[in-house]
Amino acid sequence: MSNYVTLEYDVLVIGAGGAGLRSAIEASAAGVRVGLICKSLLGKAHTVMAEGGMAAALANVDDRDNWKVHFADTMRGGQYVNNWRMAELHAKEAPDRVRELEAWGAVFDRTADGRILQRNFGGHRYPRLAHVGDRTGLELIRTLQDHGIHQGIEVHMEHTIVTLLKESDRVVGAFGYDRERGRFKVFKARAIVLATGGIGRAYRITSNSWEYTGDGQSLAYHAGAELVDMEFVQFHPTGMIWPPSVMGILVTEGVRGEGGILHNKEGKRFMFAGIPDAYKSQTANNPEEGWRYTQGDKNARRPPELLTRDHVARCIIEEVKAGRGSPHGGVFLDIAWIKEKIPNAAEHIKKKLPSMYHQFMQLANLDITKEPMEVGPTTHYIMGGVRVDAETQMSNVPGLFAAGEVAAGLHGSNRLGGNSLSDLLVFGKRAGEFAAQFSKESNSGQISDAQVEGAAREALEPFERAAKATANAEGPYQVQYDLQETMQNLVGIVRREEEMVRALDELHKLSVRAKQVIVYGHREYNPGWHTAIDLKHLLTVSEAITRAALARKESRGGHFRDDFPNKDSGEGKMNIVLRKEADGSMHVSREEIPEMPPDLERIIEEMK
Amino acid sequence: MKTAVFKIWRGDANGGDFSEFATEISEGMVVLDAVHAIQAQQANDLACRWNCKAGKCGSCSAEINGVPKLMCMTRLDAIPLDKPITLEPMRAFPSVRDLVTDVSWNFRVKKKIKKFKPRPPDAPDGTWRISQADIDRVQEFRKCIECFLCQDVCHVLRDHHLQEEFIGPRYLVFAAALEMHPLDTEDRLSELKQAGGIGYCNITKCCTKVCPENITITDNAIIPLKERVVDEFYDPLGKLLKLFRPKT
Repeated sequence: MSNYVTLEYDVLVIGAGGAGLRSAIEASAAGVRVGLICKSLLGKAHTVMAEGGMAAALANVDDRDNWKVHFADTMRGGQYVNNWRMAELHAKEAPDRVRELEAWGAVFDRTADGRILQRNFGGHRYPRLAHVGDRTGLELIRTLQDHGIHQGIEVHMEHTIVTLLKESDRVVGAFGYDRERGRFKVFKARAIVLATGGIGRAYRITSNSWEYTGDGQSLAYHAGAELVDMEFVQFHPTGMIWPPSVMGILVTEGVRGEGGILHNKEGKRFMFAGIPDAYKSQTANNPEEGWRYTQGDKNARRPPELLTRDHVARCIIEEVKAGRGSPHGGVFLDIAWIKEKIPNAAEHIKKKLPSMYHQFMQLANLDITKEPMEVGPTTHYIMGGVRVDAETQMSNVPGLFAAGEVAAGLHGSNRLGGNSLSDLLVFGKRAGEFAAQFSKESNSGQISDAQVEGAAREALEPFERAAKATANAEGPYQVQYDLQETMQNLVGIVRREEEMVRALDELHKLSVRAKQVIVYGHREYNPGWHTAIDLKHLLTVSEAITRAALARKESRGGHFRDDFPNKDSGEGKMNIVLRKEADGSMHVSREEIPEMPPDLERIIEEMK
Repeated sequence: MKTAVFKIWRGDANGGDFSEFATEISEGMVVLDAVHAIQAQQANDLACRWNCKAGKCGSCSAEINGVPKLMCMTRLDAIPLDKPITLEPMRAFPSVRDLVTDVSWNFRVKKKIKKFKPRPPDAPDGTWRISQADIDRVQEFRKCIECFLCQDVCHVLRDHHLQEEFIGPRYLVFAAALEMHPLDTEDRLSELKQAGGIGYCNITKCCTKVCPENITITDNAIIPLKERVVDEFYDPLGKLLKLFRPKT
């Protein structure tokens, strides 16, 4: 056995946002030993950034809501390439997962009769998002954290996993380092849950923090797991665009849920033009009806600002391209206008959207109760990821599970706002439960010294290269920056074949450069070193997104192609699946989506 | 483009010193942007914590010109640039490296506070009924992003190093959120008095001043808790009267 500190668990959870914490809580409740790896400090994961709420058909505000409507909304939003079984489980189980949070101390906003309040959000037919002002993610992560720390889970803060360890087909552990001292550690585990979140750092403009470098997708892929739907990246329509330093920071959809409207520099509400057919019957055709909807009128239909994110983002891009954008290349998002409609509008906005008020005041010197915001699309979320079994969340690699953003299936080609937090809870719980069960039925595997030593050597190479570096050797930041530019410009919101082919070529050159980067200094809390190690993951997921996007010859949800601007019914029956070949290359295949059972088919027809 | 000069403390538990970096600045930049620019261009190994860059995660706490703040929410146009801007780690915590400190003590303290214990559900479906008015205060406390700036500035911790006897403003707010939670049935008053050391706080309100979430730490959390502790332990007459007071 190698000399590194070795820790042994039944279930190792990698990632400590909502999905990881929920999964660790569940596994630990099943009576197994659980280790939890956080890339940052506990409670700082990207889940804190979720603002609007978590979708669950509690029917507290509108009693017409139920799991069937939620299921149909999720499938429609994902344009029917979703894993329908996951969408069904999610819609059915989300209400229990939300109520459970309340039993663990979460303090949601209330209805007049004292129940959990729910708000409107894009693509949800009824007010469905349980929320706490506009800081729901913080409430969720804090509740899970404060509950979880009493469950006997061993937490490893500021640790990063660099590779998974396997024994023949199965995962048996993970190898990583602690940030503080840079020491390598071996985590032996009978089952592993990946809950590492997304890939936003592959793009220049993103709402994601430094952590979201596609670690989980890449770890799984290199361990033999299949990735699916990687072409579906969500560009959230409303990110901040000015000043430059805040570009990409999220402006919650809750602004539009509370009555905020989008207009161009001519003052026109451009979202009323071009409402997609699938949504025509549910969308208001005049501003007055839209306003009434946001104020809870059950007979009104939603304003077009609350159409799905993919559609809104593309409409914004079109306005900007047509020269009707705002001064800094976006459009205007206006909540201040509601002062025409309600008294004390300024107070109301501050109460409903406190952190948005705060964020614009402090970062942009702008009072959103008085002036419109400037917004534009920002890379926010990836619908694709590790292909998992709907019930258990296990990948095709025995013992390797995935939950939350790193897993694929629930959201299809486009995620509805609010479905992420409920996804974390529903499938985090399932992953924890089945990982614990798997661990009970398995023996502890054998860790291969050779695998560990190989990974350690690879991780230390940037230091060794620095020792004999020439003057023109480069550090990791420039490579990361160029990768982000490549993905932003060539595989962004609007895609076309020749650009993506060029992107593959660029990515290849970048991977050569990544293997040559140097890092100075020592191993203790050295962000340059961490960035160098993360490059491998970024390159892997960038290639996966690009290859999948090339393979899908149509436009659907988050994937829009200039050269195939329409939906294609044939393509709509397919998933794009990626796996690593024995020679190390990325294999792309197309697999038919399993047919939906008649009862679910019927629900979708009824809700059309 | 304008240039700003930063004096950044670099070092570890064995000591360190300030290093000067000049970097170009543009409109709207915050301190964290400047640190990132320096990290990318001049000092790849400059250690700092950050995550959300939007004031929501509480990772990038530091002392900017001596004042505890979040680097991501401090705009450079709010700081005079005619002299170097000093950046130091939070001084109440042991140094790890550069701007990063060992804040693990905070996590240990939290674990010792008795967890939430709800009353039985109000409705047969396992749910509760709570009025919004009854949770406004608790929601204020739950805005806390655990940046630990209040812990950093608290003189009981910073100057008197009473970490073993005093849990600090963050965990008094945490305890207040539990104690004032309408569903909670646990009693934490004796532990607040003993292990929590609530008596050490002499309400100088330094914590309230630095809170980036504008939580009224002293007035809304600490003082009411102090009053409860006093009522419970130092007011036998009041306690006796309470026994005979008709329940409302």
